[in-house]
Amino acid sequence: MIKKERSSIDDVVIRLAGDSGDGIQLIGSEFTIATALAQNDIGTFPDFPAEIRAPAGTLAGVSGFQIHFGSHDIYTPGDYSDVLIVMNAAALKKNLSNLKKNGIIIANEDGFDAKNLRLANIADHENPLKNQSLDGYKLYIIPITKLVKEALKNSGLGTKEIDRSKNMFVLGLICWMYDRSLNSSIEELKRKFANKPEILSANLNVLQAGFNYGETAEIIEEKYTVAPAPMEAGTYRGITGNTATALGLVAASVKSKLQLFYGTYPITPASDILHELSKHKNFGVITYQAEDEIAAISSAIGASYGGLMGVTASSGPGIDLKSEALGLAIMLELPLVIINVQRAGPSTGMPTKTEQADLLLSFFGRHGEAPMPILAANSPADCFDTIYEAARIALEYMTPVYFLSDAYIANGSEPWKFPNSNNLKGFNLNIATEKDITENKFYPYLRNENLVRKWALPGTPGLENRIGGIEKEDITGNISYDPNNHEKMVHIRANKVEKIASSIPLQQLDSGPAQGKILILGWGSTYGIIKTACLELAKENIIVSHAHLKYLNPFPSNFGEILEGFETVLIPEMNMGQLSLLIKNKYLKPVVGLNKIKGLPFSTHEIVDKVKSLLSV
Amino acid sequence: MSIQELENISSFTSKELVTDQEVRWCPGCGDYSILKQVQTVVPQLGLKRENIVFVSGIGCSSRFPYYMETYGMHSIHGRATAIASGLKIARPDLSVWVVTGDGDALSIGGNHFIHLLRRNLDLNLLLFNNQIYGLTKGQYSPTSVEGQITKSSPMGVLDHPFNPLALALGADASFVARSMDRDPKHLQTSLHRAAAFKGTSFLEIYQNCNVFNDGAFFIYSDKETKMEEAIFVEHGQALVFGENKNKGIRFANGQPEIVNLDEGKFSVDDLWIHDETDRYKASVLSRFYDDPAHAGHLPRVFGVIYAKERASYEQAVHEQLAASKTLFGDGDLDKLLRGKQAWEIK
Ligand code: SF4
Repeated sequence: MIKKERSSIDDVVIRLAGDSGDGIQLIGSEFTIATALAQNDIGTFPDFPAEIRAPAGTLAGVSGFQIHFGSHDIYTPGDYSDVLIVMNAAALKKNLSNLKKNGIIIANEDGFDAKNLRLANIADHENPLKNQSLDGYKLYIIPITKLVKEALKNSGLGTKEIDRSKNMFVLGLICWMYDRSLNSSIEELKRKFANKPEILSANLNVLQAGFNYGETAEIIEEKYTVAPAPMEAGTYRGITGNTATALGLVAASVKSKLQLFYGTYPITPASDILHELSKHKNFGVITYQAEDEIAAISSAIGASYGGLMGVTASSGPGIDLKSEALGLAIMLELPLVIINVQRAGPSTGMPTKTEQADLLLSFFGRHGEAPMPILAANSPADCFDTIYEAARIALEYMTPVYFLSDAYIANGSEPWKFPNSNNLKGFNLNIATEKDITENKFYPYLRNENLVRKWALPGTPGLENRIGGIEKEDITGNISYDPNNHEKMVHIRANKVEKIASSIPLQQLDSGPAQGKILILGWGSTYGIIKTACLELAKENIIVSHAHLKYLNPFPSNFGEILEGFETVLIPEMNMGQLSLLIKNKYLKPVVGLNKIKGLPFSTHEIVDKVKSLLSV
Repeated sequence: MSIQELENISSFTSKELVTDQEVRWCPGCGDYSILKQVQTVVPQLGLKRENIVFVSGIGCSSRFPYYMETYGMHSIHGRATAIASGLKIARPDLSVWVVTGDGDALSIGGNHFIHLLRRNLDLNLLLFNNQIYGLTKGQYSPTSVEGQITKSSPMGVLDHPFNPLALALGADASFVARSMDRDPKHLQTSLHRAAAFKGTSFLEIYQNCNVFNDGAFFIYSDKETKMEEAIFVEHGQALVFGENKNKGIRFANGQPEIVNLDEGKFSVDDLWIHDETDRYKASVLSRFYDDPAHAGHLPRVFGVIYAKERASYEQAVHEQLAASKTLFGDGDLDKLLRGKQAWEIK
């Protein structure tokens, strides 16, 4: 075989898949770091099995990790993969449909023995590695398990431990394929196994063996370089949406000088925020794992009443349970951030799968007239800025605020040029003092020009007052059943939310001209996909504009004018048309929906195709 | 009590705890007496008025905060315990009181109730038990007795009732007591005990709803029946009751037994001595819950049945925060944002 030179490519999507016990996520995260250090832009997405410990080798037990990286800006983890690396038959069966035609398959031969075929429900004589069914792909069959055993035969380790290190072989191999350094992985292994020298040396050994296999066996013809992406200079780190959300909360707490109280109940896919925050007690962060979702939000309201930054979080089913308490927070006019990491519903739905179907719930899911501000993050790193902004609005406007994320960006990761804490905006709090006492009285519902009342913290002499969920008299806060007062209070609460529009940035177009045939309007996690679609279209000289909403309630004040500039507004959403409904209603603007409710994000081509069909090209 | 607090004893009077709001309970409601006793006791606790918060849920009793010139929140049905938990964790410096009822605490808020007790936050939990839903006009509650005729049970209640004290002890409550609206002195003493106790002080208060369940507890307060039907326990004292104090409770063969002290067979020395720190005995006392119509039934127990301090939850929370700062140093935001594996792009 002739030793080829490395060929240079712009971008690539790799999907790794294997059994949950195969350490796929670790390969993914280590390869991500190595790739980041090679200065490529990246998007990643893990694909966890729904079951915690599905039987090894079965379809239900398949765990996956997709990484998209390149020498240009990357906005998504990629639609279809160029390379599929599978540790067993089930992993192949589950992921093959996601592989591009002519794509590369690297298969662990030992994962296709009789037992593994049976577990994957594949008949013996239909072994895909032998029956030509993969002829349309470039197939490499490598006996990874055997090679690892061979490499470790003198290690003194047991079969189980040897088998467990085979993920390092794959990591070494793909690092060779894409010309990545092993250094960061070596450092990480040293950190991880500092107290287990035999395991460390075995892992290092196998990692190198995988790399060398590529180098010397000369079986794999594909080897590449991916040039650094032209990223803004600065210091970066990789971050998932959930981690960014947690860090945004800690940052808001530090900058507002308010202790963070995070009241929550475990639920997929929001729990990682709890896990992250529970590590930051040295910031004074209180995480309270309540007995249920209702107690979670109630405790946060209690903490907020006491003057802390009260935050609660959940996903669909848990959010439903919090509705009544949200109404209370609206009535009390206390600051509160409520995080909804959306997942596919209704009911239990598909807990690990993504969806954007809680927008209308956020708008209208409470009895009575109960408006509240709603913000949605548009990428993993954007969760930081958006939750920080949600906290600002909650504290400055004395209101509960919805922060929407979803399983796609919560678990997905991207490089983040993290801010310097000095550059984070401070907060204007509305804490009442003795100066707010007029003629021996404190009026808890006296408001400023933005209709915001003051935060009267227990412990402040002279401000003793009673607040509650019962309709209250304007200014005094005393119980009132007066019809005119009720209507007045409903309007005040609604106007207060509307007034927030004056404190948020005007809506910008993300790309494209201010007038034209098509505006693609998105919100939340579809950002990267729409952006990539616009770039694809531009390559074909099809110019469309893209606007992406972060502020959903209230909408930015110039938003109506932006819509006016376009003949057609195309709204891709992972729901049955919820933003569409709001836009049609508020702006009387006909819109075209592109809706996907599969628990999966859009793929770029779905948006590209829709635009083309609208333009009849 | 800290010196600071002692200095401030009676820094406000009972009158200064009265708000400008008209009290809206039905005339004759037992809540009036409870309000009065609370307003009497609170100024004697050495607290600053601004540090006191009353949190309630929904129900007749839950109007309480509006009548107390302290900080107060009238929240939503069943959640006062959960809200107060968040508040107390956030602000351990405050004196937090929860006012709740049998429906609020034991039905819709049952979950928060038991979890509050097991966590043992240092707050005072006053449960006004009137064995009925008053505010919604007369449906049976989780403490209504079997067979009780109410608006929603015209042929009698089918549900077996909760025994609130036994439930609380089952949830590992650290302070469990019972008193009643119609015995102001006993109620005041009980409130003092509850307030002084560090941990969740659960005080069940029998409260007469004269509109929908009038007289439900009169046998424990009426002159003619009180001595036979109620037993008032005190730490270190023998369990004696009855007209002329001629009856006692003996603990024999793993069973409580009523004995007659006049017959010469048993004397006070043979009786059960109340030990409020003994949780096994407290469990038995909480089970004195027979239907008074039953022949040979045990008397209902009033007083502090169990009181044994253990670490409070909020204290543990704040100790952990402090420990974390000792271990890892004060949080450094820039370090946190940077994470463990940052890289530079030039
Ligand atoms: S309904 Fe009963 S409990 Fe309610 S206020 Fe009237 S008397 Fe009191």
